[in-house]
Amino acid sequence: MRRVRQFAWLLLALVTLASLGAGLWAPADYAMQFREAPNFPPSHQHLLGTDELGRDRFSRVLYGSRVSLLMAPAAALLSTLLATLVGGVAGYLGGWWERAAMAATDLFLSMPWLFLLLAVRAMLPLNVSPITSIAVTFLLLGLLGWAASARVLCAGARGLRDSDFVLQARACGLSGPRLLAIHVMPNLRPALLAQFWISIPVFIISEANLGILGLGVSEPLPSWGGLLRELESFTSFGFEAWKLVPLVLLVLVVSSFQVILSRDEVYA
Amino acid sequence: MRRGSLALLLFFWLSLAAAFGQSGGELRFYLHSEPKTFDPLLVADDASETIRYLTGGVLVRVNRRTQQAEPELATSWTISRDGRSITFNLREHTYYSDGTPFSAEDVAYTIQRLMDPALHSPTADSFRSGPGTLRTHVDSPTRITITFPAPVAGLDKLFDQVAVVSSRSANKKRAVLGPFYVADYKPGSYVLLRRNPNYWRRDATGRPLPYLDTVRLGIQPNRDIEMMNFRRGQIDLINWLDSEYFDRLAGLAPAVVHDAGPGLESEQMWFNQVANAPIPAYKREWFRSTNFRRAVSEAINRADLVRVVYGGHAQPAAGPVSPANKLWFNTKLRAPVYDPTGALRLLQRDGFRLEGASLRDREGHAVEFSIVTNAGNKARERMATMIQQDLGKIGITMHVVTLDFASLIERITESYNYEGALLGTANTDLDPNAQMNLWLSSAENHQWNPRQRSPETAWEADIDRLMKEQASSLEPAKRKACFDRVQEIVVEQQPFIYLVNKNVLSAVASSVANASPVVLRPQTYWNIETLSVRVQTASKH
Repeated sequence: MRRVRQFAWLLLALVTLASLGAGLWAPADYAMQFREAPNFPPSHQHLLGTDELGRDRFSRVLYGSRVSLLMAPAAALLSTLLATLVGGVAGYLGGWWERAAMAATDLFLSMPWLFLLLAVRAMLPLNVSPITSIAVTFLLLGLLGWAASARVLCAGARGLRDSDFVLQARACGLSGPRLLAIHVMPNLRPALLAQFWISIPVFIISEANLGILGLGVSEPLPSWGGLLRELESFTSFGFEAWKLVPLVLLVLVVSSFQVILSRDEVYA
Repeated sequence: MRRGSLALLLFFWLSLAAAFGQSGGELRFYLHSEPKTFDPLLVADDASETIRYLTGGVLVRVNRRTQQAEPELATSWTISRDGRSITFNLREHTYYSDGTPFSAEDVAYTIQRLMDPALHSPTADSFRSGPGTLRTHVDSPTRITITFPAPVAGLDKLFDQVAVVSSRSANKKRAVLGPFYVADYKPGSYVLLRRNPNYWRRDATGRPLPYLDTVRLGIQPNRDIEMMNFRRGQIDLINWLDSEYFDRLAGLAPAVVHDAGPGLESEQMWFNQVANAPIPAYKREWFRSTNFRRAVSEAINRADLVRVVYGGHAQPAAGPVSPANKLWFNTKLRAPVYDPTGALRLLQRDGFRLEGASLRDREGHAVEFSIVTNAGNKARERMATMIQQDLGKIGITMHVVTLDFASLIERITESYNYEGALLGTANTDLDPNAQMNLWLSSAENHQWNPRQRSPETAWEADIDRLMKEQASSLEPAKRKACFDRVQEIVVEQQPFIYLVNKNVLSAVASSVANASPVVLRPQTYWNIETLSVRVQTASKH
């Protein structure tokens, strides 16, 4: 298992490095349309062939990985912070605060998030650059994705609130915010980390879902979701293995996160 | 010896039947949704329309190949000089599928039922030519006169949509005059149509039509499954294919795919010119400038759109009417030539200038706008992305925004909170009268600036006048001249920037005889009476 974890770390590091250095080794701009060569198979010029508009698929995979790998952790960070604020604090305070926060969480969890996301996105201004659209997409994912983590963190904070060492610290005269900062939060850290790691693949897949619906990151910027749209009619016809690369990458990265996470959960 | 002669005779008959390929069989294809109704007068959806076409008997049929009205249940007709009345002479000795005789009373009953306000028939809308009621007069069992409250141009072709229902049959829903009747229906699964034994038409040799015994209409919304089952030989035809599927199928079995040429559908983009739309005033000024719209039009490489997005199965659009509409297309019009330099010249006339790679208006605003289109339509998304790159070459930044359809419609019809849009038009009616709700400045679907109290521009006033003139005229030549001028104005002003006319692509299994796909709906089975299916044991495409 240790070797698998090492391999997972290595893979994540490689994909991250490759995507961060996309500007160095991408053979073409991700938006450049080679209109004389749409849907071309792999060649020396285009390592993974070209997409339906003649854009170099290898370059788009590199840049698309950058978008998904950088923005998903950012969204995960935002949702974990929100979950800590709502769940962690409510669990620590208990009573009316906890009941209100958990009612809000239940309400959020019961909502069909995909439709909520579509509705919120439809209300946003239209005239935004593709980079802003990425930020908005992941910001929405982060803002709407905190509820499940909040429940976990609330339960963790509640357990700590009633624990002996917190009672003792309180008996020694430690005030609320200080108690929270010194004793509760450090002990919640493993759960926080676990929730953070869990959220990353969830947001990667959420963006991919939106992308498949044509509602993710806007053109011409690539993302894994947008790249996966090429596979919509894949089952009907011949096998073009190079088109599977974004899917394989997505599966490998999400699996790597899960493998790494399984170790963190042991400590949590 | 006698046995040998019998075998020889049997062989002879079998060979003859095989040679003609016209004996029975079952044709199978898919409806993409559940039929909403089997009542031919209430048809509003594609699936129900298919069933109406296959089962309904009409007085006049528009020949899908020649686009001319041809006699069907009416052997002849005359239109009065004032264009308000039409008199039909009906076919004699004709019977419904249940054996009930057909007469002028049935036509009168059908028209009265169609025009009943309580029925809310979508077909009736085109019969409401003006205030007043439509009257029918049965002159004899084989002759009927229908009088409209106001003159109607192209009167005879309206009856292509009206299947005559029986006034006397015990089971009115089952009694039909078309080539097939509905024999079985399993919701969510299939509709089975069986050959109408009383169908009136015969072929040139006197054999009763249709040749097919049954038509099985499976209900299958998924296009991938449709494609897969066609390849497996489980269905015999696909009425509509997109260019991607077409090319892949052509690679596997070139004989089964048919490209009938440009169809009636067009793809176009337009800018929001609504006076009170929530967009900056300087952008509205751009969008209202003819030079700006023409420059955008000239900067779009339509030939690339056709080649890359549609794999060559489309044509650069010349104007609002597709060349597929043989009667009304203005043959003088040509698609705009791709000319980025010319586009910049046009923009300079309005004070636009290039600063580095960015185009700016006379007040210094960078030219940047968004185009909305519906999410999930790959062809439109691809076109928008290509146009984005084309416009980038003349310094225009265009953002492509894909929205779910409901949000998109809300923006373009109610809140007007958008800058530009890329959508398509699916014309089903050839006559310009059907486009009144698009071209009149007061109309709801006058999308760039709908519901105007009075025309806001001189050219829109011209279009209003010409459209009304053609609608009230009974002279075909005058109508054509008016509508030709409308098309010219639209091309000059570019309120809609027409991009492409998509080709009509379909697939018909090699086992289906006499298929000859056309551009008008229903493309592959318009001549259903003469189609037949040869039995094949292992049919794969």
